[in-house]
Amino acid sequence: MIPEIGQFSLILALTLAFALGTLPLIGAARGVPEWMALARPAAQGQFVFVAIAFGCLAWSFASSDFSVLNVASNSNSSLPLPYRIAATWGSHEGSMLLWVLMLAAWTVAVSVFSRGLPDEMVARVLGVMGLISTGFLLFMLLTSNPFERLLPPAPDGRDLNPLLQDPGMVIHPPMLYMGYVGFSVAFSFAIAALLGGKLDATWARWSRPWTTLAWCFLTCGIALGSWWAYYELGWGGWWFWDPVENASFMPWLLGTALIHSLAVTEKRGAFRSWTVLLAILAFSMSLLGTFLVRSGVLTSVHAFATDPKRGIFILGFLALVIGGSLALFAWRAPRVGLGGAFEVVSRESFLLANNVLLVVAAGAVLLGTLYPLVLDALNLGKISVGPPYFEAVFVPLMALAVFLMGIGPLARWKEASLPELAVRLRWALAVSVVTALIVPAVTGKWSPLVSFGLLLAFWVAATAVLNLRARIGGGGTLITRLRAQPRSYYGMVVAHCGVAVFITGVTLVKGYEVERDLRMAPGDTATVSGYVFRFDGTREVMGPNYRAAQGTVKVSREGGGEVTTLHPEKRVYLVQQNAMTEAAITSSPLRDLYVSLGEPVDGGAWSVRIYYKPFIVWIWGGCAIMALGGLLALSDRRYRGARRREPVPQAAAATRQAAA
Amino acid sequence: MRYLVPLAVFVLLVALLAVGLTLNPREVPSPLIDRPAPAFNLPQLHKPDLAFSTKDMQGQVWLLNVWASWCAACRDEHPLLVELAKQRTVPVIGLNYKDQPDAGKAWLKQFGDPYVLSVADAAGRVGIDYGVYGVPETFVIDRQGVIRYKQIGPVTVRSLDEKILPLVRTLQKQ
Repeated sequence: MIPEIGQFSLILALTLAFALGTLPLIGAARGVPEWMALARPAAQGQFVFVAIAFGCLAWSFASSDFSVLNVASNSNSSLPLPYRIAATWGSHEGSMLLWVLMLAAWTVAVSVFSRGLPDEMVARVLGVMGLISTGFLLFMLLTSNPFERLLPPAPDGRDLNPLLQDPGMVIHPPMLYMGYVGFSVAFSFAIAALLGGKLDATWARWSRPWTTLAWCFLTCGIALGSWWAYYELGWGGWWFWDPVENASFMPWLLGTALIHSLAVTEKRGAFRSWTVLLAILAFSMSLLGTFLVRSGVLTSVHAFATDPKRGIFILGFLALVIGGSLALFAWRAPRVGLGGAFEVVSRESFLLANNVLLVVAAGAVLLGTLYPLVLDALNLGKISVGPPYFEAVFVPLMALAVFLMGIGPLARWKEASLPELAVRLRWALAVSVVTALIVPAVTGKWSPLVSFGLLLAFWVAATAVLNLRARIGGGGTLITRLRAQPRSYYGMVVAHCGVAVFITGVTLVKGYEVERDLRMAPGDTATVSGYVFRFDGTREVMGPNYRAAQGTVKVSREGGGEVTTLHPEKRVYLVQQNAMTEAAITSSPLRDLYVSLGEPVDGGAWSVRIYYKPFIVWIWGGCAIMALGGLLALSDRRYRGARRREPVPQAAAATRQAAA
Repeated sequence: MRYLVPLAVFVLLVALLAVGLTLNPREVPSPLIDRPAPAFNLPQLHKPDLAFSTKDMQGQVWLLNVWASWCAACRDEHPLLVELAKQRTVPVIGLNYKDQPDAGKAWLKQFGDPYVLSVADAAGRVGIDYGVYGVPETFVIDRQGVIRYKQIGPVTVRSLDEKILPLVRTLQKQ
């Protein structure tokens, strides 16, 4: 019964999404207020029914209803409850339902937090989101119904993929999807503005907080995914340039460009058509990512069961949505005008250059992801593109972008002077160069790459300090001057410092990590980077749905002094008979020690892999700081104020008069 | 005009993806196709003192199926092989790859034995000669001992009906 309620709710949600995607848009085009007014209730109704459907699926998983095909293929009665619930989005069908739920949630959020917007704008934005939702609901109902029954019911389920049975996997997909789908808001605002023919600073102001919020979610989602890969896959790597990772990274790059470009459009009225294009592209990349993952066009560890029918549907939808919006762009954007003029040396130019670099980087990632497919399509053979390509292309582009990132915030809008900038920046440059040369020489062996990486990190940090000093110069006490700066400014500074932290982490891990593959019998010791690892053998342990050989590895410092005891495991999940490596890690801000069990060799000996990873938590810490910067910018007074102030202009005017 | 550039690029991309959809990313061509099957001489799984050699199959069209008791995907294709064996259209030789003989025998007992015989490749040496990089894999070998087709991953109803069996029939007529 419950699954049928879920299915029925999905159908109701589809009808509401269709109504939302048509009537308000037509109403806005023809000026029918009643039709436009449908947008908000339709959006909210749609959310309610999608949420019911999602709840029904989650219930089917939680109660282990193996008469539902999806449950029978992705869950098991011995699976612990939190993972049974997480299994709701562990399959293709379930993850699509999560996608639609997120989209409905964003739509509702827009419908609630849009009181200050003109009705036409609201109708258009929600209408566009309704159209996207219609496509995805149709996709689910036609090709990937999560509620399909299995008759007769299976006695027990085939269990969730053991790789996904992990706390990181429970929150990674929702975070990532919140980000992916969140770009649909910026996209819808862009399309609405193109439809209405009004691309101005107010449009940019409305889009900004939504874009930033989506970007924060995406940043956290990607970082969580990377962290999960690090501790769960047992190879100690944190980024593999896997097609699916790339699929989430491309929208991030374009979203980052969009955030900066929106700032210019709002403050200076410039880059309008470029900003619109970026808004379209960022969401297009999210859709393309969905296509790449769900259609099975590319092989990847993430690919779920592949079905050509699904691929054709998503491709058709992709062509319609992206092709349609790009055609609209080609038709409308030429009339937008150019906005404020600016000189070659100006903050606008630096931001534009950074934008272009980010877009080129996203293009390079897209090329690397699709290149094997291109060769295959042209019958030129099968190849796979690996990390060497991505590193060779990506690192120089980002190095340049990071260098410009230091200068941009210090340059003046409209027209800056190069000599003046050089004078202001020379100390930052000198300090970063000297520290970058000295630090690696003092702490370990010196290498040009480590020095270069640190140079970039110090450069970003030094310019941020310089910028802050310049901003708070002037009258008043330090506290009042610090207080006078808007939160969005601090958000920018914090996010940029996050980049510096991230670069430090990447550089030091790359430069100084140590990896050892050893054969260890019980009692054997190994010394890695000043730490002594003693292997004390393994013992059998039983988990709720797996059997494991659990090793004991005592870690101490070379001169004595206990550090910790690690318990890496080799698990065999009973239902799917998959062997899984569960690495044991001890983290500290300065280093991670990472031990994973390979294969049993003979007489109780195992092949053991030991890693020493300096500063690796800085990688995810940097991402967290970037996201924090985004949240700080979001908490800026003007976003909170704008919402409260705008609906009641008269009251505000009255208070102002009373105050005067 | 320049505003049309993004659309043009996208149209090309869609065309590419549409072509990509018709291709199978898992279908990596084997350099072994149309080459003589690497000869081997291995002990049989059930009668370890008897050997089996590729020469024994000379003059017949046959399938070599690489399997193991530890391989989950083998379980998926196994019923199809059992069905195929009942029809007696083509003999299937099993290559029990990197497996414990007892585990392998127990597995066949549980799920049925579709093989004329299985050979034990405990060390995986023959697997290397045949370029096996995932289990299961299935090779179609003709009367002259030449590999004519290689199925990577489990045999499916579709691959059996559309590729393997038609190929076997033409080869048998030659």
